[in-house]
Amino acid sequence: MDIIQSAAPIYAIIVSLIAVAFIGISRRHPNVREFCTIAASVIKFSIVASMLPAILDGKVIEYTLLTVVPGLDISFKVDALGIFFALMASFLWIITSFYSIGYVRSLNEHAQTRYFICFALSLSSVLGIAFSANLFTLFIFYEALTLVTYPLVIHKQTPEAARKAKIYLTYLLGTSIAFQLSAIFITYYISGTLDFSNNGILSGTGSDALLIVIFILFMAGITKAAMMPLHAWLPAAMVAPTPVSALLHAVAVVKAGVFTVLKIVLHVFGIDLLSQLGIGTVFPYIAAFTIITASIIALTQDNLKLRLAYSTVSQLSYVILGATLLSQSAIIGSIMHMVLHAFGKITLFFTAGAIYVAAHKTKVSELNGIGRQMPFTMAAFTIGALSMIGIPPVGGFISKWYIGIGSIEAGQLIILAVIAVSTILNAWYFMPIVYAAFFKEPESEHHATPPTPHGGVGSESKIHEAPAFMVIPLLITAIGTLILFFAPSVFLDLAKMVVAAATGVN
Amino acid sequence: MALTEILPGLVTVIPLISSIIIPIAGMINRLYSWHIVVAATFACFLISLFLLNSVLNYGTISYWFGGWQPPWGIEYVIDSFSGFVLVIMSFISFMIAISAGEYVKKQVGEERMVLFYTLYMLLVTGALGIVTTGDMFNLYIFLEIASLSGYALVAIGKKRAALVASYNYLILGTIGAVLVLLAIGFLYMVTGTLNMADLNTRLADLYHSRVVLVAFALFIIGFSIKFALFPLHAWLLGAHSEAPSVISSILAAVVLKVSAYAMIRVMFSVFSVEFSFDILPSAEILLALSSIAIIVGAVQTLAQTTLKRMLAYSSIGQMGYIVLGVALANQIALTGSLIHILNHAIMKGALFLIAGSIIYKTGIYNLSELKGLGKKMPLSMAAFTICGLSMIGVPLTAGFVSKWYIAVGSLDAGMWYFVPVLLISSLIGAVYFGRVIHNVYFAQEPEHERHKGQNTDIKTFKSKIRDEAPIGMLIPTLILAGLCIFFGIAASIPVSIAEKAANMLLMGGM
Repeated sequence: MDIIQSAAPIYAIIVSLIAVAFIGISRRHPNVREFCTIAASVIKFSIVASMLPAILDGKVIEYTLLTVVPGLDISFKVDALGIFFALMASFLWIITSFYSIGYVRSLNEHAQTRYFICFALSLSSVLGIAFSANLFTLFIFYEALTLVTYPLVIHKQTPEAARKAKIYLTYLLGTSIAFQLSAIFITYYISGTLDFSNNGILSGTGSDALLIVIFILFMAGITKAAMMPLHAWLPAAMVAPTPVSALLHAVAVVKAGVFTVLKIVLHVFGIDLLSQLGIGTVFPYIAAFTIITASIIALTQDNLKLRLAYSTVSQLSYVILGATLLSQSAIIGSIMHMVLHAFGKITLFFTAGAIYVAAHKTKVSELNGIGRQMPFTMAAFTIGALSMIGIPPVGGFISKWYIGIGSIEAGQLIILAVIAVSTILNAWYFMPIVYAAFFKEPESEHHATPPTPHGGVGSESKIHEAPAFMVIPLLITAIGTLILFFAPSVFLDLAKMVVAAATGVN
Repeated sequence: MALTEILPGLVTVIPLISSIIIPIAGMINRLYSWHIVVAATFACFLISLFLLNSVLNYGTISYWFGGWQPPWGIEYVIDSFSGFVLVIMSFISFMIAISAGEYVKKQVGEERMVLFYTLYMLLVTGALGIVTTGDMFNLYIFLEIASLSGYALVAIGKKRAALVASYNYLILGTIGAVLVLLAIGFLYMVTGTLNMADLNTRLADLYHSRVVLVAFALFIIGFSIKFALFPLHAWLLGAHSEAPSVISSILAAVVLKVSAYAMIRVMFSVFSVEFSFDILPSAEILLALSSIAIIVGAVQTLAQTTLKRMLAYSSIGQMGYIVLGVALANQIALTGSLIHILNHAIMKGALFLIAGSIIYKTGIYNLSELKGLGKKMPLSMAAFTICGLSMIGVPLTAGFVSKWYIAVGSLDAGMWYFVPVLLISSLIGAVYFGRVIHNVYFAQEPEHERHKGQNTDIKTFKSKIRDEAPIGMLIPTLILAGLCIFFGIAASIPVSIAEKAANMLLMGGM
């Protein structure tokens, strides 16, 4: 494997840090400020994309920034898994930036500068996580991500927001300090290193019991993956503005969680060690429990964002499920699910935000007939929902397919049944929304918007979409979900490379 | 190296002489007293840096006061351990001295300014003397100089409670000092010497003597009172919270640390590692007490309602870290402990100075009233946030490095159960600092204040505008906060020195 020494990962991380300064300086000129955000997101994506060809060639980019004390380095390594995550997050940041502009301006939000600054900072942290070369670096950026997203969650600064933000911080910071950090201490102590390696660093270093304890500590410490019973922070985080929920709590933060889980499974323990420890026969069931339970809770939620949040809890466990099944296809499926769920769920959150901005509705029960008022938005919602359910020709199908095959490879047919049940549940909580939006009559109280001469076919159904700044991004992500079904090649290649590296070298 | 040889003496002589000059200069102009303090502490800092540098390059420096040869005369010894601590203490004294200028003028009052600086200078003399001396009785004298001026400085606080706090501090501090004095007497009785190096060799044959055992116990208890090891911490809360903030700062950052230094010195250099840890079960006792201190200190910190009491209480847990690392008595943990002397001095020193700035600007003591200060004093509160994160032990701040070393050290000693202790204390720290930081930046101001019209209440109006602490108070806090980050990133600088010192201590060197 060729190793390239390059500071490109640093640049990718630093771009949004520099942007923070510009956003701060131009706080009195919103247009300039938003230009800085957009420019930073585009530059960031370009830098990440520029690293892609080398990675696809099988090379690895490494860079050590500094050594805190011997054994604790801040260093970066761009490998297939890292670039996979970085590509996804930085691309979706561009889209979300446009969407954010539409959202905060339509609603005339307060503290917009703080909002954009924290957004930029969180993207730096996300790329830091994606490119980290060791557990220490990963831990730093993991914690940083929690801290910089806190102002976004508490954005409204109401007592309710403060309470929810406290839950957010308590869960994420508390478990990572209590469990993840202790796991890191023990890992360092028994293996003498924290560097990620394709074969894992822990094999042959401690007794089986100790290794299992470390694995459990890690899993309990990575609360960002929202595995039950440590998921309560995610619904709480829905108090944030919708673009935050969209990018951070459907993509960046939660995907950072499952990304860390993948890192632990593949690059700290290694597949062989974990199967030897018997993890593959227990952990998928915990994930399966989360998948089913969260779906059932989602069914009962009337608040649209909360329903999406519980759906996210459920979908995240697909990634954990795939990873802990420890079979090749399952891991490919698990990695693919990161990006496919990201596109689908960000679309859904975008539509939730668009509905809120255009019609001021937050509840599922209020959405009757909204499809006539907001046809583009609801079409995108339908695509996103189909992707969640996993119906071809939408992206979500691919990951379910691979995870399904993987469960057969691993000989866990019960898991296959779980996937089937979950698919039904997903359809159950998404399809009524689509049905109500397009086919049910709007409730009478909405006569408030008087019929106009140009009213169109229906009596009161005037097309009233959210601003273009919001609708176009959500259409792009919806189309992206379709494209990923027909042309998943880049992402699929990267996922296969990750698995090949983790299994083939042995 | 003639100059180098007298420098160890100068470190204490300069502040001592300054404390005599200050009252005289103060008669001409009160402000001169401050200038002298700043100049003297700066000189001490420069000398300490120079001493540390030559110790690291050329080895231990020893200086015979008046040319009297030890063990008869008083010997001053600078080795890697004392050099390291000396630099920290003189630097913090310098920073606090700068910050004191504005603060003392307003909060202590012009008429008591000269008195204040005289006492401050004596306190610095004592603190630096403890670190430099190689003679047990001399150490006792410096300990008392530092303590007595400490009692007086606490009493200088404006409220009546300060007098009570000072009185408590005086009584317990004196008990501690008496125990130390008794212990020194016992050692003198059996060995006939007061020189540390000499004691070390002569005590080697006497390790099973009852007198020596009792002396050791008295030392540990005496010093533990002085640095507020749980359960001997009762005096600390009042003294550190009622004193003027600059004094809280120096008490927490310097006086506590030099007492811990004295205990480490006695355990490792006067006695030997084998005696302290193999012959006596002091490790078990100290480990137990320090872990209780860490947890109980953290929990009690949670219950505090004023900022200064919160900071004061958190020192108990933080001193627990230092003792924990010492009691684990292996290379890694002891390194962590020594690093924590540095880190805690910086963090707590800065935090008390910021508490002082807040009181100076707004008169706010209560945690609940800090709302909106992030807008009013952005730089001070940024420094507060950094130091708070460092106290919690977030990576890339100094606090993480010491916790890392102590945690890895405890695993190295096969005592994994101290890792949860450290982490729980970090978590509780995250709660109490998180609460303050949240209040400062995100909490809404009380309803009735927000809805007041533009024309009312000047206080409401004032709280919106930026009103930073004076530059003289701001710069030291910013420097210290910057160091929290610097030593969290470039940790290898202090770590390499601390490793050397820890190594020397464990080898039983002097």
